[in-house]
Amino acid sequence: MASDASAPLLEIRGLTKSFPGVKALEGVDFTVRRGEVHALMGENGAGKSTLIKVLTGVYAPDGGTFRLGGAVIRPASTKEAEAVGISTVYQEVNLIPHLSVAENICLGRQPTRFGFVDWAGMTRRAVAALARVDLRIDVRRPLSSYSIAIQQLTALARALDVSARLLILDEPTSSLDAREVGELFQVLRKLRAEGLGIVMVTHFLDQVYAIADRITVLRDGRLVGEYETAKLPRMELVSRMVGRDWSAVAAAPRAVAGVGEPTGEVLLELRNFGRPGLVGPVDFSLRAGEVMGLAGLLGSGRTETARLIFGIERARTGEMRLGGRPIKVHSPRQAIREGLAFTSENRKLEGIIPHLSVRENIILALQAREGLLRPLPRARQLALADEFIQLLGISTPGPEQAVMNLSGGNQQKVLLARWLALQPRLLILDEPTRGIDVGAKAEIEKLVQSLRAKGLAILFISSELEEVVRGCRRVVVLRDRVQVGELTGPALTEEGILQTIAGASHAP
Amino acid sequence: MRPERFQNRPVRWWSGLEWPVAGLALLLLFNLAFTPGFFHLELRNGHLYGSLVDIINRGSPVVILGLGMTLVIATGGVDLSVGAVMAIAGTVAAQLILRPGFPFPALILASLAVGTLAGCWNGFLVTWLRVQPLVATLVLMVGGRGIAQLLTNGQQIYFEDARLVFVGNGHLLGLPFPVLLSLALLGLTALLTRRTALGLFIESVGDNPRASEFAGVSTRTVKFVVYAFSGFCAGLAGLIDTSNIKSVDANKIGLTLELDAILAVVVGGTALTGGRFSLLGTVVGALFIRTLTTTMYAWNVKSDVAPVPKALAIIAVCLLQSPAFRRRLAAFRRASPS
Repeated sequence: MASDASAPLLEIRGLTKSFPGVKALEGVDFTVRRGEVHALMGENGAGKSTLIKVLTGVYAPDGGTFRLGGAVIRPASTKEAEAVGISTVYQEVNLIPHLSVAENICLGRQPTRFGFVDWAGMTRRAVAALARVDLRIDVRRPLSSYSIAIQQLTALARALDVSARLLILDEPTSSLDAREVGELFQVLRKLRAEGLGIVMVTHFLDQVYAIADRITVLRDGRLVGEYETAKLPRMELVSRMVGRDWSAVAAAPRAVAGVGEPTGEVLLELRNFGRPGLVGPVDFSLRAGEVMGLAGLLGSGRTETARLIFGIERARTGEMRLGGRPIKVHSPRQAIREGLAFTSENRKLEGIIPHLSVRENIILALQAREGLLRPLPRARQLALADEFIQLLGISTPGPEQAVMNLSGGNQQKVLLARWLALQPRLLILDEPTRGIDVGAKAEIEKLVQSLRAKGLAILFISSELEEVVRGCRRVVVLRDRVQVGELTGPALTEEGILQTIAGASHAP
Repeated sequence: MRPERFQNRPVRWWSGLEWPVAGLALLLLFNLAFTPGFFHLELRNGHLYGSLVDIINRGSPVVILGLGMTLVIATGGVDLSVGAVMAIAGTVAAQLILRPGFPFPALILASLAVGTLAGCWNGFLVTWLRVQPLVATLVLMVGGRGIAQLLTNGQQIYFEDARLVFVGNGHLLGLPFPVLLSLALLGLTALLTRRTALGLFIESVGDNPRASEFAGVSTRTVKFVVYAFSGFCAGLAGLIDTSNIKSVDANKIGLTLELDAILAVVVGGTALTGGRFSLLGTVVGALFIRTLTTTMYAWNVKSDVAPVPKALAIIAVCLLQSPAFRRRLAAFRRASPS
């Protein structure tokens, strides 16, 4: 393999990859140089993971060329990718917890003697591999006996154990605390100095600016651009990621929906509310008849905040008050009894009961609150189902249709109906418009406003800033799992939110 | 709007029953054509006798176990302990009947209560300690017979008490008493699941446990109740079986019957992955299995080879039920015309 020292380490040109119905990548160029940390950034569905999976041989590309050190490569499997020097550390540490550290490092490439595993050789090799990441531990102990940070470094050592030239890190810091992140970065800097090319996928802006030399931004499967970190202000990075040309946003008049002053009383108050390692602290309050937005990039802690409020995870710090009364919510069941409702961003896994009918899906939460022994009469169930099918315009052949046969937008409406049937005080909507068509989106936005007018308090989480600005009176902004600002009135614009997310103090 | 493929078929009480019923009908047709006297019924001393009566009578324990098993499987679990729980309940009954003066109703209640208690233990392991259902119920499957042995000191117990013998051998309204018991239990289970919200909760927990939890369904309560109920069913089945043979041998009662019960549920169209369940389907499934066995007897198939044709017939019914298999079959037929 001819290696040209002046050529970039990795050169991808015109990469295209489609899945049935989706163009995941379209003509993407991506270049990584020797001795650099290159951040690959983008929101959900931007194509980052597809790019990495193509690069590591998991997916076969539909088109485009790959060059590694000047030579054309076409890895057809992860094994082939490793053989040419591309190693990957995945987001979830995908090692085997019950095997020893040494076995994990050498798994699939154990040194052998006379056809048997050479245990001493394996131990030596593991110790050497760990030395490269500055880790000295007993490699014979099971991996699970060490902390997540050490497991992460072990994964890194495993990736380096083959003669890696390009190292890909997919969200390497998502389960580490600040000190551990620091240690990881120390190792990365050392590897960079050794001339390795490092690609890092992450959502944490601070970390990108702490370590990355260059940034490539993808959006909706297309290349937005490649930038030097030092020359790309955060503000611009964020607006490029979310796809709002920020000068255009600044120029546009603020869209005003019927989001007047709320007249209701303060319903929800959070003080210093959070759970270390998950999210927080957050502080905000929400009135009846008010729609408040929760904005931030993916992984910023929006969903986590919602889950703490709804009792899916328990809060460890601070206080939550509901209607002026301090309350500790420890389960969704209890949250529902207190008048809270929550639609998860993961409609499939945490929302619909796929094989049950539209009627059964709608009455489920109400029936759960009524209890096992007080079944809703059949006539009442049908009346409720019909009422909501009418009210929300759920497009279904009938109430007995299995909900899995409905389109995404209609499933979302069924879930809304499930919660509205409870007549809640507070409705938390986590990405209610994700993956549904434009018409259904508009209908859901309209519905949110009419619910607000009826005095419901609504916490609205969405990655689409347009939607947030249009529908909310106030927006709390989160970054890297911490609340960083609250915008209201004239300051509440897409531009303002972008700036707060980016952490820029002034707009240029 | 993108086009959607609707299967606009409302859920009715009989939906999904077509295939198990077809399997049973096919088997009965076979017997009608080739097994002389299979459909012969006669009234002796006011009691109905014949192969068909024998099928529903002998099939009763599996019907009863199957009803409980259906609910457990619908939550995505399984109960391997029912055979062993039958042994415990039967042992308790046999022990108590030998005590002179022990009130008979209390004996029945005690056996059923012991079965229910065993079910509660399974429920406790599965819900509070979060043990995998397979493992949790394996504990009693293995240990239960030991408990029964302890109760009898490893001895077989024989009894003659007419009241207890009636449970498994008596006749009422011309029908064998176990048949009436299983009909009653079918009615009770239907009431329990369809006249309360239990059926809805079971199906929702089995279909999507996380979403159910988020909707406020107490998955713990639901699971606990189904294991307790399955234990109750096993208690009843144990009483019938013990009474039937007028003796109790802790090592033999209900042996491998848990497998027949699971099979009845599967043949009846309830998926092992949980979700929608069909009580009638299970009853049909249990009768199908029993009819197969009786057919083997009628054809004098040696008991050591009998499991082979039985297994083949069961595989056929399970495949017929699988939509994926039916699609493939249809595609195969289209692909090979003439």
